[in-house]
This record gives sequence, structure tokens and C-alpha cells, in this order.
Amino acid sequence: MAPLDLSTVGALPAALLFGLIGFGFGFVLEMTGFGDTRKLAAQFYFKDMTVLKTMFTAIVVAAVLIFAASSFGLLDLSRVWVNPTHLWPGIAGGLIMGVGFVVGGFCPGTSLVAVATGKLDGMAFVAGALVGVGLFGETVSQIQPFFLSGDLGRFTLPDWLGLPTGPVLVLVVAMALLLFVGAEVLERRNRNAAVADAPKARALPRFRRGGAAVLALVALLVAIHGQPDAATRLARNAKLGRLVAERGIFVDPAEVVALRKDLALHVEILDLRDESAFNLFHLARAGRVDERQLVERTFLRPLQEAEPNTVIFLVGQDEPQAFSAWRELRTRGVVNTYVIEGGMDHWLDRYPVPSCVATRAAGKSWSFRYATGESLPSAAPELAASRRFKVPCSDAPARDGSPKTTEHEIRWPDYPFTKHVKLQLKTLVKGGCG
Amino acid sequence: MAGHTPTATRRFIDPYLGGALLGLVLFLAFFVTGGGLGASAALSRVSVGVLDVAAPAHVDRVGYLAELAGGQRSPWAHSSVYMLVGTLVGGLASGLLNRRVRFETLRGPKVSVRARWAFALVGGALMGYGARLARGCTSGQALSGGAVLSVGSWAFMLAIFAAGYAVAWTFRKLWN
Repeated sequence: MAPLDLSTVGALPAALLFGLIGFGFGFVLEMTGFGDTRKLAAQFYFKDMTVLKTMFTAIVVAAVLIFAASSFGLLDLSRVWVNPTHLWPGIAGGLIMGVGFVVGGFCPGTSLVAVATGKLDGMAFVAGALVGVGLFGETVSQIQPFFLSGDLGRFTLPDWLGLPTGPVLVLVVAMALLLFVGAEVLERRNRNAAVADAPKARALPRFRRGGAAVLALVALLVAIHGQPDAATRLARNAKLGRLVAERGIFVDPAEVVALRKDLALHVEILDLRDESAFNLFHLARAGRVDERQLVERTFLRPLQEAEPNTVIFLVGQDEPQAFSAWRELRTRGVVNTYVIEGGMDHWLDRYPVPSCVATRAAGKSWSFRYATGESLPSAAPELAASRRFKVPCSDAPARDGSPKTTEHEIRWPDYPFTKHVKLQLKTLVKGGCG
Repeated sequence: MAGHTPTATRRFIDPYLGGALLGLVLFLAFFVTGGGLGASAALSRVSVGVLDVAAPAHVDRVGYLAELAGGQRSPWAHSSVYMLVGTLVGGLASGLLNRRVRFETLRGPKVSVRARWAFALVGGALMGYGARLARGCTSGQALSGGAVLSVGSWAFMLAIFAAGYAVAWTFRKLWN
């Protein structure tokens, strides 16, 4: 499934690919008149709305195609770069650029096309832009707090509005079409004041009407068809599907114990069970999470942006619960995520607690007599020092009511296991401006 | 248009057709590479690349620059630079086909060539600075981020147009 994994195609083909995309970009910009500064500047005097028309057409056409491709299983959105939102510096930068646009008559992309067609003003602009970006590099350390402020990460309009992607897409397309009608009215009104010398474009009224209808129709279709849920996303991902079929994502408790000893790794354990089960017993330093909470932005984001040495283990009472959570996380781009094989029951079979604390009847889950949290050695079998411990047992209380204390010493074997955890780097192309 | 050289330039294509084609290129960029289009990152790399030749020690000391070209790291070997080269070649190709390649200075009717250059230089500097502050330019933020419905990109886009319209009257003599 698209996009390509660029790390597999080699340096030269990748370079050529980006060159080719750039070629298309430059070619279309030039054809539409974006190398002509007068046409660009006229946008701000309501005389020639080419900038607005072309830009918004490009945005909605690309958006409809992207979400259609995702809806019909051709594109994996979790591997698509979405510009992270840094609200305040973004707005400030936009305001500065708005002034720069009117003063200089270009934006960076269009100035390149002007340079390519020999426009001397374009060359002056690019020279200025080189100075500007250089100046930013020299001074960014002075404004670091501001530069890092308003950081909302991967934050989309559907996230913000709390709506599914489809309806938002339809709204955006409808808004763009309305904007185009407005632009045409404005242009007609200012026809006589048309910018001197700026060549006019050839109008294709039939194409416009037909294109608008097709665009609206496809957007509606995408909204009705919807975006794939986690199960569908997994079913469409052949590589992940194979991994699941080979049980490559299910990790032996012994491997988890081994990795928890590894200081070079950051092991995170997410417990999917309900609060009472969690309080009765959980692995040391595990965090409890509800499946619903799992996909909330505030929870998801740190996982998606985790350091590459982070390994996340999901554990439920049994396997299916954790697997469903795994599916949600992994198809949302959280890499290095695994399920603890057999869930908590299997863990306790391997690293049992004293029988006075909990027992397991055949065919049932472990049943605890009281809450132990993470106090028992079974919660952290990697700590050899904790293997000798005292545990109060409530089944035989002393006469004064205080629980009788028995001393236990447990020595678990070093279970053999097949390594399943393979650290994977998340590679996302950051787009031309990353 | 008296006084101008007779032109045989072709007309520009319909802005909506241009937009649809641009949208197609943008979609293909996302579909194939997983990232959108852009220009300002490459400009940043060119700027650092030049500086790295002139003052490599300085580049190694300033964090933001060292990230791009510190030590043995080459600022040139990056997807955005390849895209920049492609954009230049693509612009040239269309310009040649439509007979629009000519050394000239396009400007408003009341502005001298020198003044236009000066304003382009200043505007370019503002653009360059703003684009790095906003982590992307009109292509990398507005177009690419807009297409994947990033909130920040839409806010950025509104800010550009708002500021442009706010100062348009002040600079009206430049263009009218």
C-alpha cells in the first residue's frame, strides 16, 4: 500500500523521484502564470484572483484524492506526513509572509519559477529569501520558547471539529466552491481595473462546471464510504497481516522480562484491564488505559512521537483484548508495539504469586484475595533482589486480627523464548518544508 | 502596450485547470513519497550550504544550522533540494514551451526596475524568515498541510491572506 517505503528504493531513484515531483510542480506553476509577479500581487487588489483559485483548487483536489485513496484502501494515512501544528509561530510566520508577499511579489515556490524563466525580480527575491532563512537560523535561539509554543502535534480539522473526516472534506470542498463563486464575482466587478500588462488566462467555463460537479460528487462518495477502521486498515496492510499471522507481534513474558533489564531501552507497559483487575495486580510501572481512551489525541500523541528506543507492550486479561488495542495503535502509526502473549493469566502462570494471595481454577482467570498492585515480585521478575519477600496472607489471620506473615522464596527459571521484538524506526517524509 | 517588445507568449492556462493539475501533482507527491511539496526548506539548505563553505566552524556552533550541515553532514543531499532542482527545471521547461523565458523585470506600472529589485529583496527576506518561523512556506505549509487538513496549516494560510490584505493598501503604488 502507498506511500512507498523510500528507504527501500535506493538513494538515486529517490532523488530522481523528488526531482520529478518538483518538475511537475514547477511546470504547472509556470503554466498557470505563477512566475509573473504582477499576476500574484493582483490577488491582493481583488483584480486577478488566480492565486486563490489555483491554490484552493489544488488543495481540495489533492485532499479529495488523498482521502479517496485512503477510503478505498490504496493509501495508508498513518504513513503520510501531516504538518504538525505549532499554532503561534505558524500564525506569526504567516503574518510576516503576508507582508513579504505584497512587498516582494512572490512566495518561495513561485519565485523559483520566476528565476527559471529569467525574471530578474524573482532572482532578487530568492536572494532575499536566502538572507531571510539565514537570518532565522542565526536568531532562532533567541526566540526558542516562542518557536516551540502552541505545539499541538498532528492535529487535523476533523480532530478539531470532532467530526469524521468525510463530512469535513465535504465542508471544505463546499467552502472552496463558494469561494470560487465569490472570486469570479469580484473579478468581474474589477474587470476594468485589470492589472496592466498581466497576461490573462484562457477561461474554460465547461471544464469549470464539470470539474466542480465531479469534485463535489467524489467528496460525497468518500464521505459516504468513510475512512477505514482499525480492523480494515490491518486487513489492508499485507506486511502487518503477515506479522500477525506468524504471531510476530505476540511476545513471550520472558522476553518482556529480559527487555525490562535493558537500560538502553525504554519499556512501556499499557494495561487494558479494568480498574479493579489492575488494582489487584499489575506489572511494575504499568499504566492502565481504557480502549476508548487509547485513541484520544492526548494519549496517542506521546506514543506516536515516542523516542525510537521505546518498546510498548500491551497486556489484557487474555490476548484478544490487547490485540484489539494493538490494532488501533499500530495502524495509527505507533511502531514498536507488541502484545504480551497470553495476557495477564499467562504471565501469572509463568511468574506465579503465592497461593495464599491468588489462585487459578481450571478454565478461569487468576483470582486475587486482595489488592497487591505492583508489590509482588511477579510484577517485576527482572529484579532478582525481590525474589525473597514477605507476604501477608489473609486466609490465616492471627488472633489479634493482623494478617499472618509468611516468608516465601521464589526462584523462577530463565524461560527460553524466541525473540520477537525488532526495533523499527518510524520514517516519514517531511515534505519539502520539513 | 506600446513600447513593449512584441510578444509571442502563449496565454496562461485556466487557473482552475492549473489548480487541478497542481492538486494532482500534490496528490502524487503524497501518494508516492508520503510527503507533500515544498520550497523553503531547500532554500534554507542552500543558504546553510553556502555558509558551510564560507564559515564551517560557525555552522557547527549554531544549533539550528548544525542540524542541517554540522560536521560532515551535507546540506545538499536532501529530498527538498532535489525537489528544488526539479522545480527550476520544470519552470524552465514550461517557460520555454510557452516562450516566456526572457531576462526581464516584471513590476507594477509606476515602479522603477531598481526599486522593484529592492522591494523583491526585502520581501524575499521577510518571506524567508517567516517561512522558517512557520515551519514551511505557501507550498510546504499551506498547500501540503491544507490538503491533509492540518489545523496549523489552515491557520497559517488565513494569516498570510489576512496580513497581505492588511498591508495591500499601504503598498498599492508598488502594483497599481
